[in-house]
Amino acid sequence: MQQPLTPNQADLTTVHRKKKFDGISVLNATFLILVSLLCILPLIHIVAVSFSSSAAASAGYVRLWPVDFTFASYMYTMSRTEFWQSMIVSLTRIGIGTPLNLLLTILVAYPLSKESHALRFRSVYAWAFFITMLFNGGLIPWYTTLKEYGLLDSIWALVLPGAVPVFSVVLLLNFFREIPKELEEAALIDGAGHFRTVWSIFVPISKPALATLALFSMVEHWNSWFDGLLLMGNPANYPLQSYIQTIVIQQNLSNMSRDAMLDLALISDRTLKSSQIFLGSLPIILAYPFLQKYFVKGIVLGSVKG
Amino acid sequence: MRSKLRKELPLHLMLLPGLIMIILFSYVPMAGVMIAFQKFIPAKGLFGDQKWVGFDNFDYVMSLPNFTQVLWNTLFISSLKLILGLIVPLVFAILLNELASNVIKRTVQTAIYLPYFLSWVVLGGILIDILSPSGGIVNEFLGLFGVSKIFFLGDNDWFPFTLIASDVWKNFGYGTIVYLAAITGIDPGLYEAATIDGANRWHKTWHITIPGIRMVIVLLSVLSLGQLLNAGFDQVFNLYSPQVYESGDILDTFVYRIGLLDAQYGVATAVGFFKSIISLTLISSSYFLAYRFAKYRIF
Repeated sequence: MQQPLTPNQADLTTVHRKKKFDGISVLNATFLILVSLLCILPLIHIVAVSFSSSAAASAGYVRLWPVDFTFASYMYTMSRTEFWQSMIVSLTRIGIGTPLNLLLTILVAYPLSKESHALRFRSVYAWAFFITMLFNGGLIPWYTTLKEYGLLDSIWALVLPGAVPVFSVVLLLNFFREIPKELEEAALIDGAGHFRTVWSIFVPISKPALATLALFSMVEHWNSWFDGLLLMGNPANYPLQSYIQTIVIQQNLSNMSRDAMLDLALISDRTLKSSQIFLGSLPIILAYPFLQKYFVKGIVLGSVKG
Repeated sequence: MRSKLRKELPLHLMLLPGLIMIILFSYVPMAGVMIAFQKFIPAKGLFGDQKWVGFDNFDYVMSLPNFTQVLWNTLFISSLKLILGLIVPLVFAILLNELASNVIKRTVQTAIYLPYFLSWVVLGGILIDILSPSGGIVNEFLGLFGVSKIFFLGDNDWFPFTLIASDVWKNFGYGTIVYLAAITGIDPGLYEAATIDGANRWHKTWHITIPGIRMVIVLLSVLSLGQLLNAGFDQVFNLYSPQVYESGDILDTFVYRIGLLDAQYGVATAVGFFKSIISLTLISSSYFLAYRFAKYRIF
């Protein structure tokens, strides 16, 4: 289809031709800027609400800047043990899940990047992994299986089912194939085995690709909420997104103590929810500059190769 | 022969942990689709002595009055999402490519790409707040133009379109990057030649840019076909409520409710199985078509 893109092209800002300013250009730029605003203003509004006083928020005075600036809703959220519990679950999930994802991706991608004659049953293996992307048993069998394994209410239920990210495997194996054969042959002549070759040659060369995949995996783990909701019977084991889901979307306040309810009366429901929404997206927003840079490369790497 | 096997052995060993994981967490659940043909009692276990009922669960689902509605909702919502999800990013990529200023270009890219990274829980929370008929900022804004309040998430006329619009809003940044990457791959010489021949902006877009990324357009369209029965569980689950089940209930949320809330395991698995089979057929055909028309190979 096309040549693989060079990093320079992947930057997507290369200008090919001289462009002149005219009416249409101005109109175009204005339109695009308006659409950009449409993408970020909702978030800014929520942040403004979260920092506003409960009265101003309930009365609908808040637009894009906090009214009667206060940390009250954040103080309240941070004072909740549930919040910290779920934050710890989320961090543990990322801490175990991401290295596990990367390790398995490397271990699967390396053999599959070999030619068929260098690895018997290569295509059988490849299909075995690929089929899991095409077909699954569905919700109930999945849930029942995890229950049978006794994984409910354990952190392993959140990291093991997705331990092999097949899409990442596909990206990495295609990346591995671009690595010059001579490097590997030289390693073999020097007496390195396959494990040594992976660890000392392939992994260091693939650092940018691996960083992309690590970010994919971290975002995935951070944003997942349904498995937490489904597989954790005890709300104390919810990851942060599942916790936010029950509070903000389901408005389930049943597991709150009486004192907590009284505290809540002082803060409006709206500022509270807004602060939780913001806290739930904060790590992503902080990591965004890195995310964007790597993801653009990752997407280009993954989607339009031919 | 012996030594070849010994040389290969480490490769097989490397695959072992990954294989064990997918067998445990993908293939065992696939075997679990047999629940669809059972009157499943969880206490007896997945491989326990369950009562087999043939196609009773499927017959039961077909007889449900809202099943047709759910199927229709799924197809309606997902096909509109697919079509707009292909066209909107294409238009944006072309418009972005026309921008002369790299600063604006970069800023716009950064902004339109942000919602893609946020979870549907976070975006659901935001949408519920800003779209609310009581004090939501969108309705207030529309009020300035004399538009009466719209209950975007609670009105069956509006709900499916709110789903479609917000899905496009979340995802078009991603698609734009893909198209933009493809546009950047077009030989600049073509544009120069066209300029010398007196082509204007429209000529160039129409005769160079679009044909230049034709393969990517074909590829993305074909591959998206496989998603026809996925109308977006994460999104619908976080935005819907009983009063919009009529227009917004999709196969996945339907399975969730009959399966896990009503504990009708067999019935829910039957619906899931039906969905998986059709999806598998669609995805396989779309990969086949992608290979035929765009020479796309996954590995």
